[in-house]
Amino acid sequence: MRIVKVIAIILLVAFVGIQFIPTTRNQSDTVPETDFMLVNNVPENIQNKLQVSCYDCHSNNTQYPWYNKIQPVAWFLEDHIKEGKAELNFSKWDSLSNRRKASKLRSIVKQIEAGEMPLDSYTLIHKEAAFSEEEAKEVINFMTQLKDNL
Amino acid sequence: MSIAAVLLLAVSFTNAQEKKKMNHDHEDMKMDHCKMTTMKNDAKTETILSDYFNLKNALVADDTKKAAQAGSKLVVSLKAFDTDSYSKENQEELEDIIEDAVEHAEHISESAIDHQREHFKTLSKDITDLVAITGTKNTLYQQFCPMYDKGSAWLSTSKEVKNPYYGSRMLKCGKVQKTIQ
Repeated sequence: MRIVKVIAIILLVAFVGIQFIPTTRNQSDTVPETDFMLVNNVPENIQNKLQVSCYDCHSNNTQYPWYNKIQPVAWFLEDHIKEGKAELNFSKWDSLSNRRKASKLRSIVKQIEAGEMPLDSYTLIHKEAAFSEEEAKEVINFMTQLKDNL
Repeated sequence: MSIAAVLLLAVSFTNAQEKKKMNHDHEDMKMDHCKMTTMKNDAKTETILSDYFNLKNALVADDTKKAAQAGSKLVVSLKAFDTDSYSKENQEELEDIIEDAVEHAEHISESAIDHQREHFKTLSKDITDLVAITGTKNTLYQQFCPMYDKGSAWLSTSKEVKNPYYGSRMLKCGKVQKTIQ
């Protein structure tokens, strides 16, 4: 019984302790000129969808959930956002060449088609981020059109 | 009592971390460019092409594992390419091509065969554009299959068509579109 108590205390202490380890927050007040929405003529419904479903991990501005400051959640989020932005950052869209844009648009379409994005771990909590069949079709059509017009 | 002590410890640890972080902020994420002497550029183009053809042949043979290995090698040979000896305009174009091709080769090195083939399509365009600038000592054939993803091209060293997008399922689908010399 004593051992359980000791372990419980160690875990509690560790949990409290890690709360003090800082993480980098992905937030910005300004929308850069290179933002996907600013350089493309994006219909409002698609704008909303992208904002809700993609921008948290694929832009310079994350709408953090309330529990975002609790470790180890904060680490998990930080990691995902870093990885997401490295793969695709909508905030820097227009700094890409046409060749790179075409590649990214191809990936966007394929990932939505295959249901790989948004991630299940994300839509589990952000129910509104999931794509309905109709929404997926709209976004895919828009992205395909954008790619064909490059 | 002991909790208070640990808390104190944690706080001092946080401070130390924060200080460390300040020095590391805005760390440049960009891959550092390998600056090697030129001269060997032609050889480097040929290495890229040879890795690309190994990849193509692996896809023809439906061999995911070999394709992944060839993809990893291609990442290395692409990154080793030096654009210094080209005109400024071509340098920009080449860097752009290489950045794009590296991304596709990376994905190929870690994906299942369907994904590998999807990425191979764009990669083939990148390599074709690269060769258009650098040239090559061998004769290459640009081949085209009208069925895969609304029509897709690839490069080959042989006139004979062996389709990397379908492999054994439709090995002969396609035709020679262009000869590159």
